Amino acid sequence: MADTTAHLEAHATGHDAASHHEPTGWRRWVYSTNHKDIGIMYLVFAIVAGIIGGLLSGVMRMELQEPGIQIFHGLAAMVYGVSGGEALDAGKNMYNVFTTAHALIMVFFVVMPATMGGFANYFAPLMIGAPDTAFPRINNIAFWLLPPAFILLLMSLFFEGAGGPGGLGFGGGWTVYPPLSTVGHSGPAMDFAILSLHVAGVSSILGAINLITTIFNMRAPGMTLHKMPLFAWSVLVTAFLLLLALPVLAGAITMLLTDRNFDTAFFDPAKGGDPVLFQHLFWFFGHPEVYIMILPGFGIISHIVSTFSRKPIFGYMAMAYAMVAIGFVGFVVWAHHMYTTGLSLDVQRYFVAATMVIAVPTGVKIFSWIATMWGGSITFKSPMLWAIGFIFLFTVGGVTGVVLANAGADRALHDTYYVVAHFHYVLSLGAVFSIFAAWYYWYPKMFGYMYNEFLAQLHFWVMFVGVNLIFFPQHFLGLAGMPRRYIDYPDAFGFFNRISSFGYYITFAAMLIFFYATWEASRKKRPAGDNPWGDGATTLEWTLSSPPPFHQFTTLPKIDSTNAH
Amino acid sequence: MTELHHPGIDPVLARRNKRVAMAGLFVAAGMVGLAYASVPLYQLFCQITGFGGTTQIAGDAPKGFIARQMTVRFDSNVAHDLAWTVTPAAHITDNIGKVDTVNFVATNNSDQPITGMAVFNVSPEKAGVYFNKIECFCFTEQTLQPGQTVDMPIVFFVDPELDDNQELDTIKEITLSYTFYASDNEGS
Repeated sequence: MADTTAHLEAHATGHDAASHHEPTGWRRWVYSTNHKDIGIMYLVFAIVAGIIGGLLSGVMRMELQEPGIQIFHGLAAMVYGVSGGEALDAGKNMYNVFTTAHALIMVFFVVMPATMGGFANYFAPLMIGAPDTAFPRINNIAFWLLPPAFILLLMSLFFEGAGGPGGLGFGGGWTVYPPLSTVGHSGPAMDFAILSLHVAGVSSILGAINLITTIFNMRAPGMTLHKMPLFAWSVLVTAFLLLLALPVLAGAITMLLTDRNFDTAFFDPAKGGDPVLFQHLFWFFGHPEVYIMILPGFGIISHIVSTFSRKPIFGYMAMAYAMVAIGFVGFVVWAHHMYTTGLSLDVQRYFVAATMVIAVPTGVKIFSWIATMWGGSITFKSPMLWAIGFIFLFTVGGVTGVVLANAGADRALHDTYYVVAHFHYVLSLGAVFSIFAAWYYWYPKMFGYMYNEFLAQLHFWVMFVGVNLIFFPQHFLGLAGMPRRYIDYPDAFGFFNRISSFGYYITFAAMLIFFYATWEASRKKRPAGDNPWGDGATTLEWTLSSPPPFHQFTTLPKIDSTNAH
Repeated sequence: MTELHHPGIDPVLARRNKRVAMAGLFVAAGMVGLAYASVPLYQLFCQITGFGGTTQIAGDAPKGFIARQMTVRFDSNVAHDLAWTVTPAAHITDNIGKVDTVNFVATNNSDQPITGMAVFNVSPEKAGVYFNKIECFCFTEQTLQPGQTVDMPIVFFVDPELDDNQELDTIKEITLSYTFYASDNEGS
């Protein structure tokens, strides 16, 4: 305990000194070492990147609204200055470039910065009662690596990729499989994309180390790991996944880079390499990556469901260790993305079984959320709506995931719109709904003002209808055999594609409501109070003012044995 | 490294933080290393298990042949930047375990010498581990003079142990496929 007293004094003096010169103006943000300011910057960055990534998918949906090619040849003619048949070819290439950029942006520059950058940075230290993260300057570097990474990715759109007239950008999909990413795109566009991922990867690894250190070493006195809020648990597990998975991607794309530029032959069969090896390496990263995107959402949803049911979360320990189990099993299922590469039957049997095992801890989480609501005194405030929407949509995506886990079914569904529907249900609907849930849950805490509840609920309902309209018909398209990553399709697929595109427009309207609601909240300045959610909100961030002071917990909070999660 | 912390932070905590961060960096560096280590490990794994249709190189003849017959088909592909024509050998049906010799015929269609090299694969991939080659031209560079035509022999046998593998009970044909690439520098 003497140790704790030393902590208290050290922090008290340190922050008294710091609070005398709080930085202002641009210095506050650019030089920021404050986890809350950096969290806000991550969120703003994710919103900006989300607008770009969302608009890219909008052009794709407009193109796919009718059979034939309507938009992209004109767009290619406009941007690349080609015409006629060349414009048509350039347009097809451009469509593939758009799908690739949409995926990379959404994964690396929207979902990851929003969850692990924004909310984790802002709220994990608050929830564990820490004054800041362990390495505030590393935190600053981690954030400021992201804009250059994003710029590199955007630049890649305007450099030569596959070659030929208008063949700009990399159009080989976010999975960047060779040989399409080596000899298939010999121009510098792919190199830009690789460097972008390198920089973004370094950013995430630094962020992960910072969060792991913070959670291990800087919990308030009495806050044992088993009393730690579930969001902090989810951040801890996700940070470990980042630390283990991202370096493998970095290694794999470095091999691509040297294969492309320095005459190595990791993936070149002509020189004894193997392109399938890249797929193994990519998915060894890629599968944990999908859990990296969804696990923080799991933590967020647990808090919201508990808060608005006015009950502690059901099965706290099972919830925490379910996330650990998901993280662990997530590393040994990668080849279920590769059933069609000629794995032997025994290998396929293993990966089918291991993949299905993930449904067990995931089911534990779904049932525990429902059990938390059961018998609770529920209020359907907007964060709760988003949380319940998340549970519904994530479960739909999970069920189609179990279907796809079967190697036999995957033979037919591989690379069809069924897969597209599946991963958008868990990510674009699951992860994104968890981000909006967190936004509306913590908005009053972060900014000190209350948003208009009606607008927040309207945003939810319009978006819920919109995204379901986009992605549910894509199940039918996939089952009917429509392959992904094509600009055109037979007339038979026209109906559901049209419905899907209408869904996009509705979702677009929902986003307008979101921006209006945010603007409205910033104009009306309705004070939110320290805790707008009442008794159900028990975690430490609600004991602070809204927004929290520039430096919080100058006296560390003490967690007694009854004061749990 | 203390300057990475806020001023006035407890030095004990700073040291503990540094230790965790170092461990984290070590893990990340180790995973990059593992990604590179997977390259030789993966090749080793393929050679031992015949994973993905990797064939076996045998030093001597099999112990004997069995009654079951197997048709072996041959296939050849030529990369677009190699001005060769390669005609695969005709398919051959024989008892499993017998040693056979076949010839691929390669012709250089250009007016300059070209060096090429072949890589191969077996389908079904499960059969790769039972496909033994005593002599072949794979992974050796061959230089063909302008207009030259050469025979490229393969001496091979199918291992009788294939009969014990239930997954291959219904297999009556094995295909050996070669892909020819231009070697560096000398390709046209």
